[in-house]
Amino acid sequence: MELKDFIENFAAQFDDTDQSEFTPETEFKALDEWSSLTALSIIAMVDEEYDVALKGDDVKKAETIEDLFNTVKSKL
Amino acid sequence: MPIVTYKNVGIKALAACVPSRVIDNYHYDLDIWPEEEVKKVVDKVGVAERRFVDDGTCASDLCFAAAERLIADNNIDKSEIDLLVFLSQTPDYRMPATSILLQNRLGLPMSTMAFDISLGCSGFISALSIVYSMMQNNGFRKALLLNGETRSKVYSRKDRREAFIFGDAGVAALIERDERFGESHFSLNSDGSRGELIMIPGGGYRHMSSAETIKEKVVDEYGNVRTDEQGRMNGADVFNFVIVEVPKDIKRLLAATGEDIQKLDYYVFHQANAFINNYIAKKMKLDKERIPWTIQKYGNTSSVSVPLTIASELKNKMAGEKRLLLSAFGVGMAWATAIVPFVDCKISDIVEI
Repeated sequence: MELKDFIENFAAQFDDTDQSEFTPETEFKALDEWSSLTALSIIAMVDEEYDVALKGDDVKKAETIEDLFNTVKSKL
Repeated sequence: MPIVTYKNVGIKALAACVPSRVIDNYHYDLDIWPEEEVKKVVDKVGVAERRFVDDGTCASDLCFAAAERLIADNNIDKSEIDLLVFLSQTPDYRMPATSILLQNRLGLPMSTMAFDISLGCSGFISALSIVYSMMQNNGFRKALLLNGETRSKVYSRKDRREAFIFGDAGVAALIERDERFGESHFSLNSDGSRGELIMIPGGGYRHMSSAETIKEKVVDEYGNVRTDEQGRMNGADVFNFVIVEVPKDIKRLLAATGEDIQKLDYYVFHQANAFINNYIAKKMKLDKERIPWTIQKYGNTSSVSVPLTIASELKNKMAGEKRLLLSAFGVGMAWATAIVPFVDCKISDIVEI
């Protein structure tokens, strides 16, 4: 899996946040649009695209998008 | 648990009752949350409307009204009802069991066996399995399965993780033996290691009701507020549980029974929320035409959502023989799948009280 694609898939779960805001270093939980509902969309996206079922804790522990990418990668 | 199979027993008739009070979810709780925030949540969970009882009305009252309608519409001889089961996690009292009180209210004979089952969202399928199992014994002539919930009384309005999802409803099902039913199959599962994902921690006997358990507390970084006697739900982990276990269990039951999902008439899922239900349908590549929905008008009514969805959406579609896939999952965590035949099931008009 590629980080670039993951970021694209990640960004697609947001409606109001500018796409340029999404980089490997983005601390996604600090985004205005982030909520517990967004977490559900992320978990769905990861299941669909990577066949990995993330837990709430996986999302909680990841600071940046790249952290979450690494978590998903480790579960492949 | 192994796959269990029952023969020649099924739901002959079904009646449902909902409170007449309609909650317009897009305009609910606006004194607490900004309208934009409410819209976001409601769009995602897909609950445009739901029904709430008033303070004085219990799940048993909804079931009572449904049962009266069921008995009248089907000319049921009450003296033949040998078994009464009440499935709910919102009973009238801590004791006695609500089913026993319903025996009297419904005017059933004292020779009726009555008991309560305390299960949440997955419960209707489990209760059906228990009643079908008992009905394999000819000593029981007719069984009434009453299933009601008043989840409006369970959750905090100030906790937006739960405030916009749940509604109230009750159903009554008449269960009898009939050779036309043929076989029904069940898979029933439990995982107590995930017991904390959906829980009301206070007010039971582990953490008894006290000044502390009824104190409102800010519970997270989003400013959600609830007491320990109100329900909490870890949405992300519940979702994780559903997307892993539910498709697996459906496939397991289909494989064990050699059933082809394409040959089943309808797929009735627990109405958790639109986001979860849409995702399961998509993940399993199911024909959406065969999936009835009530989440948009009744919300998540916990265990009642499966039979309520049948009563509401399949009322005119059950003539002749129909075979339904039922799938329900939730608090426990517990989940169940069933393949259940219906033969000319008589569904009453929904009662409002």
